[in-house]
Amino acid sequence: MVAEKKTHEGVAQFTTLESIFEVMRDNPIMDLVRENPVTRHVVNWGRASSLWPMSFCLACCAIEMICAACSRYDLDRMGSIFRVSPRQADVMIVAGTMTKKIAPTVKILFDQMPEPRWVIAQGGCASAGGPYNTYAVVQGADLVVPVDVYVPGCPPRPEALLFGFLQLQEKIKREQPLLLKKRGLSE
Amino acid sequence: MSDKIEKKGREEIISTRGITLNMGPQHPSCHGVLHLILDLQGERVMKVEPDIGYLHRGTEKIAENLFYPQFVPYTDRLDYLSGMSNNLAYVQAVEKLLAIEIPERAKYIRVIAAELSRLSGHLLGVGAWSADVGAMTVLLYAFREREMILDLFEMLCGARMTYSYLRVGGVRYDATEEFKERCREFCRVFPGRVDEYERLLTGNRIWLKRNRGIGIISADDAINLGLGGPNLRGSGVRYDIRKDEPYLVYDRLDFEVPLGTVGDCFDRYVVRLGEMRQSVRIIEQCLRDMPEGPFVVDMPEIVPPPKQTIYNNMEALIHHFKYVSDSFKVPEGEVYSAIESPKGELGVYIVSDGTEKPYRLKIRVPTFMNLQSIDHMSRGGYFADVVAVVSSLDPVMGECDK
Amino acid sequence: MALQDKDSILVKRFQERFAPSILETTVFRGEVTHLIKKESLLDICSFLRSEKDLKMDYLSDVMGVDYHPRAPRFEVLYQIYSTTNKLRLRLKIRLEDGETVPSVTGHWKSANFSEREVYDMFGIVFEGHPDLKRIYMPHDWEGFPLRKDYPLKGYKDRYNPYGEEKE
Repeated sequence: MVAEKKTHEGVAQFTTLESIFEVMRDNPIMDLVRENPVTRHVVNWGRASSLWPMSFCLACCAIEMICAACSRYDLDRMGSIFRVSPRQADVMIVAGTMTKKIAPTVKILFDQMPEPRWVIAQGGCASAGGPYNTYAVVQGADLVVPVDVYVPGCPPRPEALLFGFLQLQEKIKREQPLLLKKRGLSE
Repeated sequence: MSDKIEKKGREEIISTRGITLNMGPQHPSCHGVLHLILDLQGERVMKVEPDIGYLHRGTEKIAENLFYPQFVPYTDRLDYLSGMSNNLAYVQAVEKLLAIEIPERAKYIRVIAAELSRLSGHLLGVGAWSADVGAMTVLLYAFREREMILDLFEMLCGARMTYSYLRVGGVRYDATEEFKERCREFCRVFPGRVDEYERLLTGNRIWLKRNRGIGIISADDAINLGLGGPNLRGSGVRYDIRKDEPYLVYDRLDFEVPLGTVGDCFDRYVVRLGEMRQSVRIIEQCLRDMPEGPFVVDMPEIVPPPKQTIYNNMEALIHHFKYVSDSFKVPEGEVYSAIESPKGELGVYIVSDGTEKPYRLKIRVPTFMNLQSIDHMSRGGYFADVVAVVSSLDPVMGECDK
Repeated sequence: MALQDKDSILVKRFQERFAPSILETTVFRGEVTHLIKKESLLDICSFLRSEKDLKMDYLSDVMGVDYHPRAPRFEVLYQIYSTTNKLRLRLKIRLEDGETVPSVTGHWKSANFSEREVYDMFGIVFEGHPDLKRIYMPHDWEGFPLRKDYPLKGYKDRYNPYGEEKE
């Protein structure tokens, strides 16, 4: 659609954001920008410094998650503000036992989150089923959603969850955010 | 006048289209994974159907496959806001089967532990409730005090949330003088903090509008629907197991049972705050009266040796090994033992076939029963009131779904 | 706990009134349990609610027990309490696999969820229940988890690689 509006060869009317993308997509300059360590660093710094988790409570660990966000531990000082909607969130904390009944919902919520997104599995149950090796429990959140950081404990102390966030920030800082092909994602 | 309003209300209902709304399982004010299916006519609620089971973990089935002492950690994870109460309900049922009497000191320690966990449960209940209806400050204040309680628990047993502190035959560790001192200090500070919540909420116009006259349930309906704990007492029913069938040392302690009058959300709030004050009184009395002496029964077959002796004493190590690998046999029979947990009557029913494992273990959980009355309470009200009603029942899904 | 003995009102009043329907009365650790015939359950419940000295208005719980190889396979228990007279009583009925039980939701509304739970876990059908369907497990779940012949780890599927193989 944008191509039809071209007035001169190779020059688009920069009226919409899509048209800018359209032109920039094939521009060789973009490759330079993408592989530049400075832009990489800036983007990663931005992402790692404002990780917004989704307030999604499953079980016991959720209480420690709330503790981490409330007085004394105060997760906000790391730029992590709890959002109630998956559309506004970057991080999903699988806080607690995931049962077979809730697993489809967790998948839907994960799918609703916009890229880039990360998952923290908090506690033994979310990591590997924990003490509940029974008929009703999913044996680890990684059977449903891809997990980035596992936080052990039953439940982990708020400090452990904070450490999990720091580890996730470390992980994000090593990503190549603009080379999406390398992450197996479409650009 | 009232006719006119009623007529107007009916017209409003006719002019709107009915919809079915799913609230949850992921909803910020659904206290975990509660799923409500709401039938709405405009803003008015026609029917609420709670859909639960999103946290069903098969705790009862696990119990059938474990030794009696091994099941204690799983009880922590039922009502995870007040783990000590669950521990108490379970170990008390096993002790009833075994027909043993625990030492006096252990009884007092258990009462302190149970009342502290009642405080931590109510604090989170009231805090989350106020956050749901728009008073975020109280949540942060409540968590400030809750951290103090969790510190006390850490001094007592080393864990913040999942304690496994009460064991069959007593408690795992003794309460130290240091703990008692800190506990006394907490009791001095805490009533002032409750006053602070009252200043923020009780006279607050928004709080009153959101809670007074909302979710009314009469005493008869409340009993019929099996409501329990502060929710039942909010309707004016004087049913508190601590008073009616005193366990531990509650019959020697001087405390009152706060009662509501109307049975609306505000009454349930008042009852909760009243219970917090009474809990502090109970703890103070226990700290004063606690005798010296052993904190576990002198029965080596049901009590493991102290952890420190296991490391440097061969007999203690063998004893510990025997305890862990063989456990103990429990006489045949069936018992039901109930305690007053922060949410209501928490009962444990055990069928024993004379072996080391329970044949069947059923936990009567208060939240499960409380949720039945959501429909009765919110029918005919506004959709926004459902949030206040759910919060006023203080559901904990881990307990509800087992 | 208010302990009961053999002379308690819960035992005496019952045996006066319902002698033919009571199969067995046990008093263990101060708790009275009546094993009754299934047919007389609703009559007894009405009696419990209306009788002045008892007034058992609070149904704590409905519970199921599976005694798998034994002949009457299931037991359904009613844990009843009186908020005015502070009395506790347990009623027990035995039934075979496939038999139905009359629902007591007409007497105590709180039986609604509890009976659904027993149905969900044991597959015992309650006749006259307003809305009998699964409560804990998903609606398309197969099998009844708390039966003794159901494995603890469940059956193998995509969420549980450690479950048992289904024959």
